[in-house]
Amino acid sequence: MSSKEGTLSFQLTANTEPQRSTVGKKEYNAPPAVEDVTEEPSSLIDIANPKILIKDLNFFYGKYRALENINMQIAEKKVTAFIGPSGCGKSTLLRSFNRIYELYPDQRATGTIMLDGANVLEKRQDLNLLRAKIGMVFQKPTPFPMSIYDNIAFGIRLYEKLSRAEMADRVEWALSKAALWNEVKDKLKQSGARLSGGQQQRLCIARAIAVKPEVLLLDEPASALDPISTAHIEELIDELKADYTIVIVTHNMQQAARVSDYTAFMYLGRLIEFDDTNTIFTNPRRKETEDYITGRYG
Amino acid sequence: MDKISIGQHISHQFNVALEDIRNRVLTMGGLVEQQLADAIRALVNVDATLAETVVRGDYKVNAQEVAIDDECVQILARRQPAASDLRLIIAVIKTITDLERIGDEAERIARMTLSLAEAGGDDKRNPHYYIEHLGEQVKHMLHESLDAFARMDAEAAVAVWGQDFKADQEYEAITRQLMTYMMENPPSIPRALDVMWSARALGRIGDRSRNICEYVIYLVHGKDVRHTSLEHMEKEVREQSGR
Repeated sequence: MSSKEGTLSFQLTANTEPQRSTVGKKEYNAPPAVEDVTEEPSSLIDIANPKILIKDLNFFYGKYRALENINMQIAEKKVTAFIGPSGCGKSTLLRSFNRIYELYPDQRATGTIMLDGANVLEKRQDLNLLRAKIGMVFQKPTPFPMSIYDNIAFGIRLYEKLSRAEMADRVEWALSKAALWNEVKDKLKQSGARLSGGQQQRLCIARAIAVKPEVLLLDEPASALDPISTAHIEELIDELKADYTIVIVTHNMQQAARVSDYTAFMYLGRLIEFDDTNTIFTNPRRKETEDYITGRYG
Repeated sequence: MDKISIGQHISHQFNVALEDIRNRVLTMGGLVEQQLADAIRALVNVDATLAETVVRGDYKVNAQEVAIDDECVQILARRQPAASDLRLIIAVIKTITDLERIGDEAERIARMTLSLAEAGGDDKRNPHYYIEHLGEQVKHMLHESLDAFARMDAEAAVAVWGQDFKADQEYEAITRQLMTYMMENPPSIPRALDVMWSARALGRIGDRSRNICEYVIYLVHGKDVRHTSLEHMEKEVREQSGR
C-alpha cells in the first residue's frame, strides 16, 4: 500500500452503505429482520417494594383522555422525575396521586393508584388524610396571606392538636428541614409574601412537610426561581429524600438529571420510558426519549 | 435505536458543532495514518529524509489533539449533551488520546529509522524487513477502526477488534526471528534492538486501534466493552442491533 492510499478517504456521513472490506463481516451481521419485529422489549423498569403502584391509570378532562394506561411504580425514599414536552400529561399524572384534580369539575381518573395497600382513587378514600399523607408544592410559590409562622402552623392545626410549645417546635423543625430557618427565625411574624421567590418556595415546601407527609409532589418547584434559589431547592430535595418519597415534574432536563434517581419520560399521554436516571440520560432505549433529551424533538 | 445521527437537533448551531468535531477527529485520524504510513515506509527503506519528516510532523498531531479537546470542553460546558451526544463527546475525547499516542509511536519508529540509517544504511540483510508485514497489518487496523468511527458502525468495530490477535502473533514471530538473528550476528544487536522497539511500537498501535473500536461500540450502543472478550463484544453488539 502506498502512503497515499494510507490516508483517510471515507465518507463523512453516518450509516452510508459500507465501502470497507468485508473481512469477517458475515459473522457480525445483525440477526435477521424477523427477530426485529418480535415484541418490543419493555422500556419500563419495575421497582421492587414501591411506595406507590400505578396500574392502568387513565385520566379524562371531560371526554378528552389525557393519560393512557399508565403503569409504573414510585420508589420509596427516592426521587422520581417526570419529564416530557408540554401537554404530555406529566402534571396530570402528578395531580392524580393526591386527587387534587377533584377541585375541578369534569376531571376524573380510572385505574388504581395503590399507596400503602389502599387504592387512592376509591370513593371512600378520605381526601384530607390522603393529602396529609401526600404533600404538594406548585410551580408558583403560594404562601398564604399570613405570617411565616402561621403559614406553617395553619396546615398542622387541621390535623393535629399541639400545645403552643409543641407547635413552635414543629414550625422550627419544618423551617429547618426546608433550609429556611436561619433566614426567617427573627421575623416569623412577618408576612410570608414579603419573602423572596426562592424563600417563598422553600416556605411552601416547609408547609408541605410540616404535616409530616410520606410523599412529596413537586410540580416544577424551581421553574420560577433564579439559579441560586434553584440550587437551594435541589439541595433540599436531596436532603429530604432520606425521609420522603419525592416525585418531581420538571421542564428542566438537567434538573431531572441532577436530582432524580428515576426518570419517567412521557409523551402524548403515554409513559414512553421509565428507568434509572443514569440510563435515561446516557443510553435511553427509546428513540422518542433520545430525541427529547438531546434536543431533537419537534 | 442503534442509528446515531448527529444532525436534527433543534439547535442548528449544535448540529454544526458536533459535525465539526467529528470531522476534525477524522482529519486528525488521516494525519496520524499518514504519519504511520510514512514511518513504516521510512523504516523499511531506511529512508532518513522521510523519517526526519515524520519526526518533525508529530507536533501537528499534538496540536490537533489539544484543539479538539478544547472544543469538547466547550460543548460540555455550553450544551450539557445527553445520551448519544454525550457518548459522542466522550468517545471523541478518548479516541483522540489514542490517536495522539499512535502519532507518538510513529515518531518513535521514525527515530529508530534515523539511528538505523546512522548505523549502517540500507542492507538487505538487515532485520528491518521483518516488520514490513506487521506494519501493513497495523496500518490496516488503524484505517478500519477510523472507518468504523466515521460510519459509527459497531459491527465493523468488532471485526477490526478481532483482527488484533493476528498482529499479536506477527509480533511474537518477529521477536523469535530477531532473537535468532541476534544470536547469529552478535555485532548487529544494537540494530536488531532498534527493530525490536519498532515492532513493539507497531504492536502498541494495534492495541490502540483496538481501543478506538471499543469507543465506537460505546458510542453506538452505549455499552462499555473494555476488558471483555471478543465473544462478549459480539454478543452485546448483536443484542443491541436486534432491539
